[in-house]
Amino acid sequence: MSELLATLNQVTVEFDDRLVVDRVNLTVHRGDIITIIGPNGAGKTTLIRAILGLQKASSGEVTLSRKLVIGYVPQHLALESTLPLSVKRFMMLTGRGLAECQAALQKTGVGHLLDASVHHLSGGEKQRLLLARALVRQPDLLVLDEPAQGVDINGQAALYELIRQLRDELNCGIIMISHDLHLVMAATDKVICLNQHICCSGHPADISHDPAFIETFGPRVAESLAVYHHHHNHRHDLHGDVVESDAGSSVTDHQECSGHAHH
Amino acid sequence: MPIIDAVLNDFFWRALIGGLGVALVAGPLGCFVVWRRMAYFGDTLAHSALLGIALSFLISVPLHVGVVLTCMVLAIALVLFSRTRALATDTLLGILSHSALAIGLVTLSFMPDVRVDLTGLLFGDLLAMSRADLFWIYGGAAVILTLLGTLWHGLLMSTIHPELARVEGLPVERLRLVLVLMFSVVIAVAMKIVGVLLITALLIIPAATARRLANDPEHMVGLAMVFGFIAVTGGLSLSWYLDTPAGPSAVVTAFLTFVLVYGTAGKARI
Repeated sequence: MSELLATLNQVTVEFDDRLVVDRVNLTVHRGDIITIIGPNGAGKTTLIRAILGLQKASSGEVTLSRKLVIGYVPQHLALESTLPLSVKRFMMLTGRGLAECQAALQKTGVGHLLDASVHHLSGGEKQRLLLARALVRQPDLLVLDEPAQGVDINGQAALYELIRQLRDELNCGIIMISHDLHLVMAATDKVICLNQHICCSGHPADISHDPAFIETFGPRVAESLAVYHHHHNHRHDLHGDVVESDAGSSVTDHQECSGHAHH
Repeated sequence: MPIIDAVLNDFFWRALIGGLGVALVAGPLGCFVVWRRMAYFGDTLAHSALLGIALSFLISVPLHVGVVLTCMVLAIALVLFSRTRALATDTLLGILSHSALAIGLVTLSFMPDVRVDLTGLLFGDLLAMSRADLFWIYGGAAVILTLLGTLWHGLLMSTIHPELARVEGLPVERLRLVLVLMFSVVIAVAMKIVGVLLITALLIIPAATARRLANDPEHMVGLAMVFGFIAVTGGLSLSWYLDTPAGPSAVVTAFLTFVLVYGTAGKARI
C-alpha cells in the first residue's frame, strides 16, 4: 500500500455559525488523484484551504505526513501592477536552479515565456506558470484549485492529461477542484462530490449513477456523464483497487452514500 | 579625521548626508508600501509620530525613542485589529490616522513649557540636522537594511502571493509584523527630514517613479533609492537658496521627477 500523505478526520469549518465544511473524512495516498466537485458555495475551496493549513478547522483535524512538500496551484495569481516581476524571477524565487525552472516551464507548455513579464501573461498562461512553479518544488502532494480556469478548450484536456503524467513522474498525490466534469471524469481515480458534507465519493463511473450525485447536479448532467463511461462490473476502492461490488449505485439514502458515518 | 569633521560641522553637508541615509531606507520600504497598498497605513503611523513626540516630552525620553515606540505599539495594534475585521481596514485607518494627529496636537498644546517647533515637526526641518540626528538616521538605516537583506526573499514572496508563501512554509504573519515595525523606525528617522505630514510622500513617490523604469523588484528598489536621494537633495537646495520649507520642497522635487519620468519614459516597462 502506498504511503499515506494526508488524513482528514471529521473536518468541519464554520464561518459565523454558517457551516461550510461538514465533518469531512478523507485520506490521500501517494499516487492518488482525487477530484473534488460540487456546486458553488459547496465548500470546495475552503476544504482544500484547510488541507493547506490556510484555514483553521473549527473541529476535527487535518494530519499531514512529516516533511510533506506541498505544491499549491491557487485559483488566481493577482499580481499588484506596481510590482515588476518576470516569469524567470518568479520561478527562481522557489530557490531552484535555472535549468530546473526552465524544464518545469517547458513541461507545462510555457517554456517560451521565461523572460516575459508575469503581468503580460494571459489567464491560461498564468495557470500553467503556477503549475510549473508548483512542480519545480518536487511536491509530495499537489493541490490544485480549478487548474484549467482560463485555459482554452483544447488545452484543458491536455492539462488534465499532463496532471496525470505528473502524478506518475513525481509519484505524488493530487487533490484538485474542478468544474470541468467531463474532463475530470476521464483523468481522476476518485471523485468526491462535496456539498458541505461529502455527499458521495468513488470512482467516476459509479458516481454518475449515484442518486446523491444526480440530486446535486441534476439528472441531465449525470446522464451526459454516464455516456462517457461504459458500465463497469466492478468499482474501485480508495486506492484504485478493484472491488467486486455495485454498492456505489445501490445507495438510495442521501445521508449514507458517502461511505462515511455522519452520525 | 579633519575632513570628516569639517564636513559634519557644515550643516548643509550634515543635511545632505542625513538625506542620503533616509533615501536608502525609504527606497525599499516605499516599494513595499506601493506593492502592498499600505499608503494609508503609512500615513496613520506617521501621524501617530506626533503623539509619540508629545509622549516623549511627558515622560522625558529622547524624541526618537518615543516616536519609534509609539509607532510600534500602534502598528502592532493595527495589525492585530485588522485581523478581526470588525471594521473595514481603510475606515479603521481613517479613524486612527486623524485621531492620532489630533491627540498629538492637543497634548502638545497642554505643555506650554515645552518649546516645540511645530512647523518643523509637521513639515520637516532639514537644515537643523544635528550630529545626534545623523547617528539616529544611520543607526536606524543599518538595522533596517540588515533586516531587509536577511528577510528579502520571504518579504518579497509573501508580497507576491501571501497564501502561496504560507504553503511554501514562510512565516507570512511574522514577516508582516517585522515590516510594519520597520516602518515605525523609518518614520522616526525620516520625521526630521520631511515632517510627519509628508513622510508617506517620500516613501511612495520615488517608488512609483522607479516602477516606470524597473523590470524586476530589486531594480525598482535601487531606483527608488536614487529618486529618493534626488528628492532630498532638491528639497535641501530649494530650502537653502529660496528659504522654502524643507519637507514640502523635497516632495515637490519628488513630484517633478515623477512627472518627468512618466512623461519621457515612453512605453511602460514590465
